[in-house]
Amino acid sequence: MFEKVLLRNAGVPGSERIDVYLSRGGYQALPQALARTPAELIDMVKRSGLRGRGGAGFPSGLKWGFMPTDPAITKYVCVNTDEGEPGTFKDRQLVEQDPHQVIEGVIITSYAVGAHRAFVYIRGEFFDGMKRWVKAIADAYERGYLGRDILGSGYGLDLSVHRGAGAYICGEETAMIESLEGKRGQPRKKPPFPAQAGLFGRPTLVHNVETLCNVPHIVQRGPEWYAGIGTPKSTGPKIFCVSGHVNRPGNYELPLGAPLREIIFEHAGGVRGGRAIKAVIPGGSSTPMLTPDQLDTPMDFESLAQAGSMLGTGAVIVIGEGTCMVDVTRRIARFFAHESCGYCAPCRVGTRRLAETLERVETGQGRPGDLDLLAGLCEGIQGRTFCPLGDAAAAPVRRSLELFRGEFEAHIRSAC
Amino acid sequence: MIEETLDFAPLDELLDRAKAEKMGLIPVLQQTQEIYGYLPAEVLQRIAKRLSLSPSQVLGVASFYAQFHRHPRGRHIIQQCDGTACHVRGAKNIITAVQDQLGIAAGHTTPDMKVTYEVVYCLGSCALAPVAIIDGNVVGRLSDARMTELVNELP
Ligand SMILES: Cc1cc2nc3c(=O)[nH]c(=O)nc-3n(C[C@H](O)[C@H](O)[C@H](O)COP(=O)(O)O)c2cc1C
Ligand code: FES
Repeated sequence: MFEKVLLRNAGVPGSERIDVYLSRGGYQALPQALARTPAELIDMVKRSGLRGRGGAGFPSGLKWGFMPTDPAITKYVCVNTDEGEPGTFKDRQLVEQDPHQVIEGVIITSYAVGAHRAFVYIRGEFFDGMKRWVKAIADAYERGYLGRDILGSGYGLDLSVHRGAGAYICGEETAMIESLEGKRGQPRKKPPFPAQAGLFGRPTLVHNVETLCNVPHIVQRGPEWYAGIGTPKSTGPKIFCVSGHVNRPGNYELPLGAPLREIIFEHAGGVRGGRAIKAVIPGGSSTPMLTPDQLDTPMDFESLAQAGSMLGTGAVIVIGEGTCMVDVTRRIARFFAHESCGYCAPCRVGTRRLAETLERVETGQGRPGDLDLLAGLCEGIQGRTFCPLGDAAAAPVRRSLELFRGEFEAHIRSAC
Repeated sequence: MIEETLDFAPLDELLDRAKAEKMGLIPVLQQTQEIYGYLPAEVLQRIAKRLSLSPSQVLGVASFYAQFHRHPRGRHIIQQCDGTACHVRGAKNIITAVQDQLGIAAGHTTPDMKVTYEVVYCLGSCALAPVAIIDGNVVGRLSDARMTELVNELP
């Protein structure tokens, strides 16, 4: 049985409280980190192989290394708690049940990149998460883990929380930066990358909550220990959010590379009512579906790319036999159409046309050329939008059309 | 709709504080909405004027985010999740049932201003699917029967 790292405190009574965190060995990585140089810490994270858990899997150590080292330059760190990819509920659990683990990660990360100011951006719907953040930050200040001269090291950090106002796109790092600046959450052109010019024009490092939670453990137990978990290229533990037609939906922390079958059957209790699996969304609603013959796919970045999908956020949505795939696909398309920020035409118009066409097909009003129209729309969106939201919208529709073409055709003849 | 006269005093107090503390526009709008329950057009104009922003900038932000409302809302707010996980676990039937029960389409408020019923996309509680948030409280493992019962119980 895998010994939990990130969720080790989750479920312990009062796990959100600073005293409970301390009694379970919390804030012990921090003095160790402050005793090292920032360059040493960046090197440790590079050697650990840690990759971002917000969806893209970018190597974290490399990203830290992009930040300018000149201490005269003001730098910022942003904590991405915008978790909005349908099917994903890990960051919410981490923040609600172990907020100090995140804070310890934020402090070490900020120290390593020379930032003295960090911002939490939390989804507007996360009422409890907001309260937990506020309380945990206040307690961390009171005990001297935040503020000036942390633990007598001479290093200081201020941390504050900012609530989003309902926009999935604000999870994208440059849209989040715009939103923190008080603007509409429209993504920025890259380059310049946030590490060059981010929040208020300053070099900015944006990380997902789960990514940051790994940092204290890497410092405390060493990069070699960390790199020994998972696969050679996808290292460390990962929280898989399992939902849909399973008996025990929930968050399961396992090494990267755990087979999808094991996650669904051993951990999530198999499919409800012993039904057969029709499809599995492996990494959140923007990732293309897998079929039952792909259940042995190891859940890591490389294997999922090879299977024609993505690890994404690690949100596994299991879809049982008997589910109308036209309906599911339409639902996903509607979500992205709703969340398109409207800035570029291929996304704004394309996602809307996808949703409308699927709506028509689903309700039995489809026209003969509609499936080709859908495929053509996907073609027109993919790789042609200003930010990755367009790809996120088109990829699952395209896969669904390929896998369940017969079902779509039947719908054009009559709705189910 | 009956035009009410708005009391600007709490808004002006907020805007003074906003200027002193250099608050961002989004927290200003969030706190304004807490005062009025929504963001009336006159209020948006006043915010623009007092904070020396252009009205289009304020409206641009207020219209971008789903949680800013430019029309009055019901005394009770129900956000029904129809994200992928909730959808495959039967959210669709719940939505149909509640729409019938309230006699309104999702996204609307009952004429007596009692309930606003909205469909949203993923509330990050998919393990409890299907899920809704009723007046800020998450309710999960819903069925259409359970949900209509909860709606009936609203005071
Ligand atoms: C449309 C879109 C939505 C995103 N939403 C989130 C999100 O909710 N949370 C998150 O951590 N990253 C999200 N990302 C990824 C961020 O842009 C960014 O890559 C990430 O926060 C970096 O952190 P990491 O390196 O720790 O993964 C999103 C990206 C896109 C394109
Ligand atoms: S899909 Fe409904 S809470 Fe996630």
